[in-house]
Amino acid sequence: MKNFLVSLLSIFLGLLLGGLVLKLSGINPLDAYTVMIEGAFSQPNYISYIIIRSTPLILTGLSVAFAFKTGLFNIGTEGQFIVGALTATFLGFYFNFNPWLQIPVVMILSCFASSLYGGLAGYLKARFGVHEVLSTIMLNWLALYLSNFFVFIEGFRRPDTETTEFINQSASITLLENWKVSESGMAWLENHTFWKSFLRPPFNAGIFIALIMVFLIWFILEKTTFGFKLKATGFSQLASRYAGINTNLKMTQAMMISGALSGLAGALHVMGVSKNVAVLAAHEGYGFDGIAVALIGSNHPVGVLLSGFFLGTLKYSGQKLQSALEAPSEVISIMIGVIIFFIAIPSIFNWPLKILSRIKKESKQ
Amino acid sequence: MRFNGVVLSAILLVSLSLSSYSLKAATLKVGMVTDVGGVNDQSFNQSAWEGLQKTKKDLGIKISYQESKQDADYPANLETLYDAKNDLIWGIGFKMADAILLAAKQNPKQKYAIIDYSYGNKTPPNVLGVMFKAEEGAFLSGYLASKMSKTGSVGFIGGMSVPIIHSFQYGFKAGALYANKKIKFNEQYAESFTDAAKGKAIANQMIGKGSDVIFHAAGAVGDGVIEAVKEKNKMAVGVDRDQNYLAPNNVITSSMKRIDNAIYNVVNDLGKGTFKGGTTIEYGLKDGAVDVAPTTSKMVPSVLMEDISKLKKSIVEGKLKIPATSSAFATFVKSLK
Repeated sequence: MKNFLVSLLSIFLGLLLGGLVLKLSGINPLDAYTVMIEGAFSQPNYISYIIIRSTPLILTGLSVAFAFKTGLFNIGTEGQFIVGALTATFLGFYFNFNPWLQIPVVMILSCFASSLYGGLAGYLKARFGVHEVLSTIMLNWLALYLSNFFVFIEGFRRPDTETTEFINQSASITLLENWKVSESGMAWLENHTFWKSFLRPPFNAGIFIALIMVFLIWFILEKTTFGFKLKATGFSQLASRYAGINTNLKMTQAMMISGALSGLAGALHVMGVSKNVAVLAAHEGYGFDGIAVALIGSNHPVGVLLSGFFLGTLKYSGQKLQSALEAPSEVISIMIGVIIFFIAIPSIFNWPLKILSRIKKESKQ
Repeated sequence: MRFNGVVLSAILLVSLSLSSYSLKAATLKVGMVTDVGGVNDQSFNQSAWEGLQKTKKDLGIKISYQESKQDADYPANLETLYDAKNDLIWGIGFKMADAILLAAKQNPKQKYAIIDYSYGNKTPPNVLGVMFKAEEGAFLSGYLASKMSKTGSVGFIGGMSVPIIHSFQYGFKAGALYANKKIKFNEQYAESFTDAAKGKAIANQMIGKGSDVIFHAAGAVGDGVIEAVKEKNKMAVGVDRDQNYLAPNNVITSSMKRIDNAIYNVVNDLGKGTFKGGTTIEYGLKDGAVDVAPTTSKMVPSVLMEDISKLKKSIVEGKLKIPATSSAFATFVKSLK
């Protein structure tokens, strides 16, 4: 509960300071927030876009939070996201089964690939004591260049572009993808403006899978002995080892599950939205944003769900500041930075609260 | 209600500030979506935005831009500008080709235009493709590079093996051969438009192999190329914008692509009601859309500048056809003999 209050207060301060930055760059913060609120909720397609944008954030946030519960700081979500996305594209392009088989196969194998990738960092930590922050940062770059290498393989690269071929239709999880551009579909949508607008973005099944994952992770952490052992390892490795928990194994397992979640985010992004991967000049940030999501959601699955939607909304509606007010969209990054800053030092809120209670006491006396 | 009030006053303010400009096309609204390079990329996105800003100044157009952070942002950004009721929406760069095509199909009444991409016969009636005959500018800089080279060897560094880059490459080679039939080439793709360190490494290699003038058509990779050339005190040829300011004593010329002028022209056409949807416009030397940089005369002797203006004339008159593909280049080489 206290964590929740800290998050709320931090968000409030973030919005306040973001407003100050806007004011300094000569833009009325009220105008800006109006644009953002209208740009987020005034049309069905905006909400659809927010859901699409939030899906990978929820999953990478869950990934960071899960590793954190075991005392590991997984900064490698970005790399694991890339591995998942690349594997999904590769398999989605080369396999072409019936969708009922194709979708689970592509999804599960992508998760498997990225769980190995995440597990590698966990194993290095458990076996050789390599700190996971260092190894995952480097593995991020490895993943980026590996992906760029694969994109350029002849036969996989789409001719004359810097992207890969598209995945087969059978691997797509975009809802009603063909129907909404078919004649009967267009005719139906013409009379149902809400759905016409809502389905215009590539709305996909990813969010449902993300919701299932939120429940699953909550269940593992709270209701199973496996989850209990993981958390115990997170609280104190020495005590856990004394209690007979194989902490090395638990760390590797936690990183594998964490990697799988990030990879799932990448796979769903490819299968539902982008349908291929492109040459990356820099990290796209889906994984790094996951760290922010986990922190704001105080590493609790439900908190992550909420903060994932919050960040997704900010990121989507914040971009609209540019065209509407010519405001720099970097304001959003500053806001998120400020929010995390305050969440990272929750004691900053204790201090004024203490003073307040002391004043109360004194006034009573 | 309060929100509406704020929005209304914002609109009022905007319209007040605009009314001071000429009213000829004051009702027009044009927006652009940048690719992942962002609006301050020192290259074509920036050039495009400069073009739009000029339409605001001269024609009173309402302008706006949306930066893309990831490739997946293109559809959402195009939709944002669509919802903002723009009369014309620009996509900057061939990376946006798929997203523009999809948006154009979904919104058949909305006008779109795209830089550096042609849909050929399949161009939807509401889309305009804008292409550049980059080979014509590259030909001129190739000619200069070849004449300025002391070692008789020039280098070309391309971003990726895609048609846009080929037009620079073969135009440049044709110009170099035209100036000196015995010129030698070093050519390589960096497989990147962003990795400056790689550009530097490749340039150093080429200098080691004896090339003393290096042309790059590789975006930010070129920053590294120019750095290497500066350190070794050799010569470089810039691309897209006048890049002389990056190394004033080493960048002898730049093969300019005036995206700003092209954007200005198209928006001007739109204002006059002559938007040519469903087609692809090709801008070349004769439209002033490709050229060598204005700073060229600083480093290049006036004799060569005279050659350049003669060459320009024959290209504009169509006497000299510049190759943009490898097959056209092969024919060009034969015609030289």
